[in-house]
Amino acid sequence: MHSSIYLTLLIVVPLVGALAAAVVRNREGWSYLAGVSAATVELVLAVVVAFLYNDHVPGAGTWDFMSRHVLSSPLGLAYDVALDGISVLMVVLTALVLFLALLGARDRRREAAFVGWLLALTSFTMASFLSHDVLEFFIFFELTLVPSYFIITGWGGPASARAALKFFIYTFSGSAFLFIGVLYLGFLHQHEVGGPLTFSYQALYSTTMSHGTAVWLFLAFAVAFAVKSPIFPFHTWSPITYAEAPTAGSVELSALLAKLGTYGLLRFAVGLFPLALPSLRPLLLTLAVISILYGSLVACATPDLKRLVAYSSLAQMGFITLGIVTGSKIAMVGAVLLMFNHGVITAGFFLIIGFLERQRGSYTIKDLSGLQGPAPVYAALFTVVMLASIGLPGLSGFVSEYLILIGTFGTHAWWGVVATFGVLAAAAYLLWAYQRVFQGRAGGANAEVTDATASQRWVMVPVVVLIVVLGVFPKPVLDRISPSVQQLIEHVAPSGVNR
Amino acid sequence: MTGVAIPSIHYLAILPVLIFFGAALALLVASALVKSKVTINWATATTVAAAAATLVVAFFQWRCVANTGASTTVAHAVVLDGFAVVGTVAIAASVLLTALVAHDWAVRERVAGADFHILALASSAGALLMVQANDLIVIFLGLEIMSIGLYVLVGFDRGRATSSEASLKYFLLGSFASAIFIYGVALIYGATGSTDLSSISYFLGSNVVLRPGLLYAGGALLLIGFAFKVAAVPFHLWSPDVYEGAPTPVTGVMASIVKVGAFAAFLRVLISGLGTQLDTWRPVLWVLVAATCLVGASVGLLQRNVKRLLAYSSINQAGFMLLGVWTGSARGVAGTLFFVLTYAPVVVATFCVVTLVGGAGDDAHAIDHYRGLARRQPWLGNALALMLLSQLGAPLTVGFYAKYTVLAATIDSGGGALALIAILSAAIAAVFYLRWVLWLYADSDGDDAHRRVAVPSSSAFVVAVGVVVVLLFGLWPGPLVTWCQHATLLFLP
Repeated sequence: MHSSIYLTLLIVVPLVGALAAAVVRNREGWSYLAGVSAATVELVLAVVVAFLYNDHVPGAGTWDFMSRHVLSSPLGLAYDVALDGISVLMVVLTALVLFLALLGARDRRREAAFVGWLLALTSFTMASFLSHDVLEFFIFFELTLVPSYFIITGWGGPASARAALKFFIYTFSGSAFLFIGVLYLGFLHQHEVGGPLTFSYQALYSTTMSHGTAVWLFLAFAVAFAVKSPIFPFHTWSPITYAEAPTAGSVELSALLAKLGTYGLLRFAVGLFPLALPSLRPLLLTLAVISILYGSLVACATPDLKRLVAYSSLAQMGFITLGIVTGSKIAMVGAVLLMFNHGVITAGFFLIIGFLERQRGSYTIKDLSGLQGPAPVYAALFTVVMLASIGLPGLSGFVSEYLILIGTFGTHAWWGVVATFGVLAAAAYLLWAYQRVFQGRAGGANAEVTDATASQRWVMVPVVVLIVVLGVFPKPVLDRISPSVQQLIEHVAPSGVNR
Repeated sequence: MTGVAIPSIHYLAILPVLIFFGAALALLVASALVKSKVTINWATATTVAAAAATLVVAFFQWRCVANTGASTTVAHAVVLDGFAVVGTVAIAASVLLTALVAHDWAVRERVAGADFHILALASSAGALLMVQANDLIVIFLGLEIMSIGLYVLVGFDRGRATSSEASLKYFLLGSFASAIFIYGVALIYGATGSTDLSSISYFLGSNVVLRPGLLYAGGALLLIGFAFKVAAVPFHLWSPDVYEGAPTPVTGVMASIVKVGAFAAFLRVLISGLGTQLDTWRPVLWVLVAATCLVGASVGLLQRNVKRLLAYSSINQAGFMLLGVWTGSARGVAGTLFFVLTYAPVVVATFCVVTLVGGAGDDAHAIDHYRGLARRQPWLGNALALMLLSQLGAPLTVGFYAKYTVLAATIDSGGGALALIAILSAAIAAVFYLRWVLWLYADSDGDDAHRRVAVPSSSAFVVAVGVVVVLLFGLWPGPLVTWCQHATLLFLP
């Protein structure tokens, strides 16, 4: 097993960067430099960790880099980190998204604070993905709200205050259920085995409980995660929030924080309460499919690009949920892969929209037209990201959606059939949006749009590379995910998760 | 020689009360004797010294409790246990901070003399007595001593009509509540034959009360008395008006010292004295907690005056403190103790910022006055934002663990639904805290230099202490939580 120092560094490096940014705030550009340096170190570290990760540690299953320190026994508070094949992908995504957000969506207003909040958000998100303790996860999960709130209100659009408040209240209320669930589970475990209060994932993993209890706890957890993802009908905060947030905020929210929801659903709701899954599955499948169809339909009708991506994300979250709850291994692997791919793809979308918005001062579809004339590179980049999102074979989106759908067809064929319509709809709304924004004649301000600068092109390089590479050669990544998913499935299988 | 038998007195136990009364008396006598008026500097110094001395005494009290166990003294009327020591620490720390806030306020408002500090010391001595009292009569004495000082303090700002109005309101309703309380004491005495909590507990534990009407009536009246003092819904109506009218440092006292004293006595009466009747009063308290949490949070949404807003905020917080009372368990007692212990300094520091922003005349309390504060004065604004986030319950602040401890205790006692109501009320309350925070970071509209708030050094110290409490125990709550868990009540059923 590897030392947990790597994971601790992953959490600490962004915080150090944030501190450095605050210290040098009076010098023009220095805090940005501090932020970018921290982001680079973080990305390198994440990649190193991904390569070091060993999926077969004797005695720990697929968990690596494990370490647990109890901080306060009466509170059940512990610092407990570990990494498995599911979280390793999220770790890389977190580091990558920070990097993209900093480089692609620089905001020079009060730069030190901006960089600091972004780095803090990254640290807290990273810590949530690395938490191997339910209470610790909850604390960091909740904590991500604070930097998100300040990023949205501080640098967002004209209605950002309202949007941020809505976002905060929705998520905070959702977390209330999670909090109660976490505490209840902890005491359930304590009353069962005695000893001090603990929230260790490893310990709670095998708590015995009645079917009814499992259902209630699953629901309590699922509400919080459904709000965060978002899943229909808890999605109403997301379009306005994504639209009003600054570009970096939209990138972080949709590419990263949304994944906290689906990751939590997989790891904590399904992982801890497998008993509840068979009876809740119809409900969850229904919500997933509604998210897919509803998101796709509204995306067709939405007037601006940011909301379009928001609704398209809702549909994608539906796909991920579908993959998680069907219980087939293939679909679950696909869901984890889609979490990563969707992160890269939406980050790409929001970055390009940000570039356009900076020049045109608007992201309303009606204001934009014919941009492929003056800006062919933007058009090309958008095309790649869009095709990946639609699920064109050979690009990353295809692999993950395909895995989810064949897994679903194997276990819940009719749900798969309905979900497939979502894929078609995605092609419709994205191509139509492309048509309106990029094709036709560019007149007025649209003709004066200049094409991507060198730095903007460089920022998009990792996005395009990942889209293409994971589209043609996903095997190394799938090999990392599979053992952990297998382990999870074996744990939940006795409760009839597999049909 | 025949006469009254003097009960044995363990002086260490009552030393905090003696110090506070002694300091108050010394200041009183000095103001009468010294030819030129006792300056505010001397008064503040005396108060701070008394509070600091009490903190030292508390240390020795803790050692005594740890070595020889909890004990009662003065004919079982006063108790020295870990619980009392923690309560004493909370009160002494709040008095120390409040004295500093009041000092700057007094200098700004040109309040000369030691009157304010004398009253504050006497009033706090009452709170100290409540923390230690093991007898309903002594609790009543503490309650009255605390309240009478406060009635005057609330009306201390003689130039402002709202202050006198608040004073009258608080006095009328407060004395009414005291009357209800003492009537409850009488009924309990009638039902159990004693006012001593341990005797009451013993009586109820060894006898079956066949006709419990008297007992229930007495318990209900006591509950109302306490609910009034901690401003629990539906006995909260006085608090927004009084919070708004009172001089701001006094509002801080009401939100900190009064809450500590009242909650300590509340816990002791219900759990030590009436612990055997747990099943009877718990449903009543359930309703009280739910109403307090929800009303505090939702009515707070409508407030534009920060003092009223903080009044509703503290009603909401009181709901959380009541959660620990509701559990009736050792874990719940420790939770409430931790809550009041950490809430008190933070709320005093919050009111310190409000005092500063209030400006000369102490009336700039509309939320508009906070527009852009964190932009003009980053330290002050960020400190306030941090303390508000703590009261909201954001993780990595002490407020999170305060809520955590009481909620955990509630769930452990089977109150999942109640815990959910409470935490959802916190989500509602988050709206007004965040709106205020947002106001701090809004772009200010010109004339900045004019609106800078003067921050005298002792106030700066208080704010700094608030920030340190929020962050230190937010990052490292372990030792303090453990301490509160060890500080158990004597006569826990």
